[in-house]
Amino acid sequence: MRKYILKRIALSVGILFCVTFIIYALLRCLPASYVENMAMQLAMKPGAKPYEEWLAQLNASYGLDKSILPGYLTWLGDAIRGHFGDSWKYTVPVLQKFSEVIWLSFIMGAIAFVLELIIAIPLGVIAATKQYSRADYAITAGALVGISLPTFFFATILKLVFSVKLGWFDLYGLVGRNYAQLDQMGKILDMASHLVLPITTLVIVSVGSLMRYTRTNMLEVLNADYIRTARAKGLSEKKVIYQHAFRNTLIPLVTIVGGSLPSLFSGALITETLFSIPGIGYTSYQAMLIGDIPFSMFYMTFLAILTLAGNLLSDILYAVVDPRVRIA
Amino acid sequence: MIDKKDVTETNETKETSQYSLNDDRRVKVLSPGALVVKRFFRNRLAVLGMIMLIAMFVFSFIGGLVSPYGQDQQFYRYDSQLKEFAGVVKNNDFRYTAADGQKFDSVLQAKFQLAYQKGESSFNYKDVDYEITEEGTDFYSISSDGTMLAIAFKDIVNGDGADIPFSVKYEALKAYTNNETAFTADGAEYTLDADGNIVTGGTVIGYISRFVVSPTGNGVVFERIFKEQLEEAIDSGLEEFNYVDAEGEEYTYKITYDPTSLTWSVKQGTETYVYDSYAPPSKAHPLGTDKNGMDMLTRLMYGGRVSLIIGFIVVFIETIIGVILGGIAGYFGKWVDNLIMRIVDIFYCIPSMPLIIILGAAMDAMKVAPMTRMVYLMLILGFLGWPSIARLVRGQILSLREQEFMAAAEACGIRVSRRIFRHLIPNVIPQLIVTCTMGLGSTIIMEATLSFLGIGVKFPFASWGNIITDVNEAYVMTHYWFVWIPAGICLLIAVLGFNFVGDGLRDAFDPKMKR
Repeated sequence: MRKYILKRIALSVGILFCVTFIIYALLRCLPASYVENMAMQLAMKPGAKPYEEWLAQLNASYGLDKSILPGYLTWLGDAIRGHFGDSWKYTVPVLQKFSEVIWLSFIMGAIAFVLELIIAIPLGVIAATKQYSRADYAITAGALVGISLPTFFFATILKLVFSVKLGWFDLYGLVGRNYAQLDQMGKILDMASHLVLPITTLVIVSVGSLMRYTRTNMLEVLNADYIRTARAKGLSEKKVIYQHAFRNTLIPLVTIVGGSLPSLFSGALITETLFSIPGIGYTSYQAMLIGDIPFSMFYMTFLAILTLAGNLLSDILYAVVDPRVRIA
Repeated sequence: MIDKKDVTETNETKETSQYSLNDDRRVKVLSPGALVVKRFFRNRLAVLGMIMLIAMFVFSFIGGLVSPYGQDQQFYRYDSQLKEFAGVVKNNDFRYTAADGQKFDSVLQAKFQLAYQKGESSFNYKDVDYEITEEGTDFYSISSDGTMLAIAFKDIVNGDGADIPFSVKYEALKAYTNNETAFTADGAEYTLDADGNIVTGGTVIGYISRFVVSPTGNGVVFERIFKEQLEEAIDSGLEEFNYVDAEGEEYTYKITYDPTSLTWSVKQGTETYVYDSYAPPSKAHPLGTDKNGMDMLTRLMYGGRVSLIIGFIVVFIETIIGVILGGIAGYFGKWVDNLIMRIVDIFYCIPSMPLIIILGAAMDAMKVAPMTRMVYLMLILGFLGWPSIARLVRGQILSLREQEFMAAAEACGIRVSRRIFRHLIPNVIPQLIVTCTMGLGSTIIMEATLSFLGIGVKFPFASWGNIITDVNEAYVMTHYWFVWIPAGICLLIAVLGFNFVGDGLRDAFDPKMKR
C-alpha cells in the first residue's frame, strides 16, 4: 500500500512538472502586454528612461528576458522554495494575496458541498429504490435541469428575483454598505446574508451530478446478488435498502466525495465573479484578465495540484474502503 | 347485432391465421438496434429531450432562413431628444422709447409708472409737468409742453435688420393697438397684417408682438417665421408644434408654461436617427431588439446556430483525438498505453477554464478577428477536452481485445489499424454516443459561459452566451427581460435536451435494462 502511494505521488509530481511547463510555455508565448503597458507608463514620467530601457529592465526583473526553458527552470526553482513572485495586479506577493482570499472560497465551497451531500444522497437513494416511479422521474429530471443550468443564467435569475424584485439580498459584494458600523455578530450575519445567493447557485448547479451518481450506484447495488439474497432471507425492505444496499453504495460515494475534497479550495470562478465575492476565483479572474503572469501561474499550478491530489485521494480511498479492490 | 358481427369476424381471422405464417403470428424478433430504439422511446424524458432538441435545431437552422432579418441587421428609430431651446415671456412691463433728440430717463419712467397705476393723466417732476396720452391699448405717449418726449408700450416693435425710426414706431404702435391695418409715417404708406408685420412697398421692415423670445443657448438667432409660429402656438394654447428651418430640417418643439415665472419654456426636440436599442417586443420584433438595435429573435436563431455548431465541432475534435489515442493505447497496451495515459493525465490536470480565460484575454489584446477567434476557441476547447474520451475508449478496449472475436480477427490476418477501428471501436460506439451527447451539452454551456464573460464568441457573431452578456449592466437586467431571459431559456432547453437524450441513450444501450 505504501509503495503504491509513493509510486502514485512520484507520478503526480512528474505530471505536475509537465503541466506547469506547458502552462508556463503558453503564458510566455502570449504577448506580455502588461509589461509593455507598464514600461510605456513609466517612460511617460518626466525625466524617465526611454521606453526600450524600461522594457528591458522590467523584463529582466520579471525573468522574461530568458528563453522559455531557462525561464521555466528559474520559475520552478523559486516555486519549489515557495517564492511565486509578486502579483502584477495586486502588487503584493502572490502567496500573501492568496492567503487573504483562499479561506473565503473554502468556506463557500465547504458549505455548498455539505448542502449538496445532504440534498443529493437521500434523493439519489429514493430515486433508485423507486425506479421508474414518478419520484424517480422528477428527481432525475431535476438533476438534469441542475446540470444543464448555465451558472451565469441561474445566478442572474436569482439576482433578479431575490435582489431586485424581493430586495432580500444585495446584488454584489461580500459586505453591505453599513458593514463598518456593525458589531462582531452583525458582521458575520452580514457576510452570511451576502453568501446566500452564491451558495445557492453553487448547490443547485452542482447537486445534479452527485445525485445521478448516487442513483446509478444505488441501482447497481440493488441489482447485485447479495441484495437478492437479503430479500430471499425475508429481511424487511427497509433493512435491505438502508443496511445492505446503502452501505455498499457508500463505497463509490466515499471515493468521489474524498476525491472532491481538494477542489473545495479551487474556488468558484464564475459564481464568485458574478457576485463579486473576493475569493480565489474572482481574484485570479481579475489577475488573468490583465495577463498577470505570476498570479496566473500560481493559480493554475494550485489547481493542477488540487486535481492531482483529488485523483490520488479517491484512488487511495477506493482501495481503503472497498476490500474487494486489491492493489497490484 | 353489431357485436355479433364483430365476434364472427375475429373468429374468422383466428382460424385463417392458424394456417398461415402471417407477420402477427411470428414471434417478434427485434434486432439489438431496434431494441435500443424501443427502449429509448419508452423513456419519456428521453423523448421529451428529443423534442426539445428538434425544436432547437429547427429554431436555429431553419429559423435563420425564415427570419426576415439578417443576424447583424440593425434597426433605427427616430429619437427625439428634448433640449432647452428658448424662453418666451409675454411682456407685461412698459417699455419706453424716447423721441428723437429727447431724453426719458429712469426717474421719469418710474414717475410715469406711478401715474399710470393711479390712473392719472399727468405727473410732475422737478417743476416740469408731463402729460400722458393714451394712444391705444397699453400704449401711451408722454409729452411736455406739447412736444412728445417718449412713448410707453407693451407691444414690442422689432426691426428686421435695420432700426425702425421713432416716428414709424409710433405710428405703427398706434395703428396696432387700435386694430388698424394701415398707417402713414414720414409720408410713406405702411400696412399691418394680422401677424403684426409692418409692410412697406412689399417688404417687411419689422413686426410688433407682445412676446419676448430669448434663446437659451449661445449663438442662436431666431428666424422671424419661427417666432411667429411660436407665438401662434402659444396664443392657441398648443403644447407642441413642428417647424422647418431655413436649412430644411424639421424639428419638434415642446412648449411648457411655468405659471410662477409667467414664462413659456420652449424645448427643441432634435430628431436623431439612432439604433433602435432595447425596443420592447412588438409585432415587427417579437422579442424586441438588443443594445445594437438588432432583432432579438433573429439573433437568437443565429446564436443558436453558432452555439450548436461550436458544440458539434468541439465534440467532433475531442472524439477524433480521443478515439485514436484511446484506441491505440488500449490495443497496444504496455509502454504505448503508459505513454498515452500519462499524456492524458497531463491534459486532465491542465485547468482549462483559467487557461481559456488567459488565452481569450490575450486574443483581446491582439485584436484577433471574431471569425478567427471562433476557430481558435473551437480548437482550444477540442484539444483540452479529449482526455476523458480517450480514457473511456481505452478502458473499453482493454477488456474487448481479450475476447474471442479479436482472436478470430487476428487469425484472419486483418491488419492492426483495421482491427482497432473496424472491430474494436464499433463496440465502444454506444458509450461514445452517450458521452458525446452529454459532452455536447457541457460544451455548449462552456462556450456560453466564455462568451458571457466576453472571451468567447464576439460581436458581430451572436451566440446564446454573448447575447446574455448585456445583463452585466444592472439596468438591462432589471428593465429589459426580453434581452436575456429568452437566450437563457434557449440555452437551457438545448443543453437539457442533450442531457435528456444522452441519459435516455445510456439507459437504452444498457443491456442489463429490463424494460
